[in-house]
Amino acid sequence: MSDQSSVEILTEWDIVAARQLGRNVAKELGFGTVDQARITTAISELARNIYLYAGQGRIEIQQLTENGMKGILIIAADSGPGIPDVRKVMEDGFTTSGGLGAGLPGVKRLMDDFRIETIQGEGTDIRATKWLR
Amino acid sequence: MNKQMATYIQENMTEITVKWQQQMKNEQGERSYQVISDEMMNQTSQEFAGLMMSSLLESNEAYESRLQDFAEKVVRLGWSITYVTKAIDCFAEIVYEGMKEQGIIQQENMDAFIHEFANWATPIRNSTLDTYSKTWERTVSLQKIALQELSASLIPVFDKVSVMPLVGTIDTERAKLIIENLLDGVVRHRAEVVLLDITGVPVVDTMVAHHIIQAADAVRLVGAKCMLVGIRPEIAQTIVTLGINLNDFTTTSTLQRGVEQALAWTNRKIVEVEEI
Repeated sequence: MSDQSSVEILTEWDIVAARQLGRNVAKELGFGTVDQARITTAISELARNIYLYAGQGRIEIQQLTENGMKGILIIAADSGPGIPDVRKVMEDGFTTSGGLGAGLPGVKRLMDDFRIETIQGEGTDIRATKWLR
Repeated sequence: MNKQMATYIQENMTEITVKWQQQMKNEQGERSYQVISDEMMNQTSQEFAGLMMSSLLESNEAYESRLQDFAEKVVRLGWSITYVTKAIDCFAEIVYEGMKEQGIIQQENMDAFIHEFANWATPIRNSTLDTYSKTWERTVSLQKIALQELSASLIPVFDKVSVMPLVGTIDTERAKLIIENLLDGVVRHRAEVVLLDITGVPVVDTMVAHHIIQAADAVRLVGAKCMLVGIRPEIAQTIVTLGINLNDFTTTSTLQRGVEQALAWTNRKIVEVEEI
């Protein structure tokens, strides 16, 4: 049902590798330039979160086919400290790193489907999907 | 024992190289992307065999310099490291088998020979790996310097107007460099308007936007105006969706429009001149 590939995030340059992978898959699936930009930006945000807060983790890109619809699934998984208050990080403007605080809520808006699972002290697993229209 | 090995290799040189080349060619078949011409292969394998001999006979220094030369050549040719280490193992194996066939290695001295072979092949492999990684490290650091050189330069285009074209991925290190160069250039060129051109930036995420906003704030502090130009349509849409607030910025789609705007700010404009 799905093809998958992944990139380990250890350094800042791995973020570039992750979004390059995402862009290639998105292009292959037939996403337009605007959606390609959305997908790569979402991957960039998620990968950067891993790099900044968890230190290391992985980005997985899957191709989805469901009910005749094609889509792309981004999985960002790490075994970092987890997110203490999920509701808070989903608010615009909330930041712990002095950034813009638009990362996670931004990703949610960029993608069609967004799920976040986090356990404190064990890690975070974020899944975001974009369907091809 | 070293002598015995060296004599054997010397006496059976052609046979060994032919066998070895055959085996390495099979190996090569799996990696179809690596096209190595027969002539090149011949020449390199001669050199390689010489190197293996040299490690047995010549002084350490002569061997070291030979090894260095060889490793550098191989790196330049772009041979994969697995291929080269396999070549070393393969060569040792062929020599070992050959010596066994000729009865030089027998049951009683087998242990000693195995030990001797390990002592022979391991340092070669290690130093090849070492040279390999050193060469790569040097290449990477040189590229890093090269990248830094074309990182961020501020170009004065008109009196009081300067442009900084940004190309490629912006990471934390580069972002710092951009702000430094920007401020330095603004002061040096006495610019009143600076145009940040992001046509060549593939992805604008919150971090990149954050750095751009910081840079613009800093420029404002030294008394100049900052304009963001070269925003592609898809980037514009992503910025809006992300919810990044660029309201404090003047932004334009192209550098050309940005320059026109900058000239307007400094009370100038470009006019066509009638032919005389």
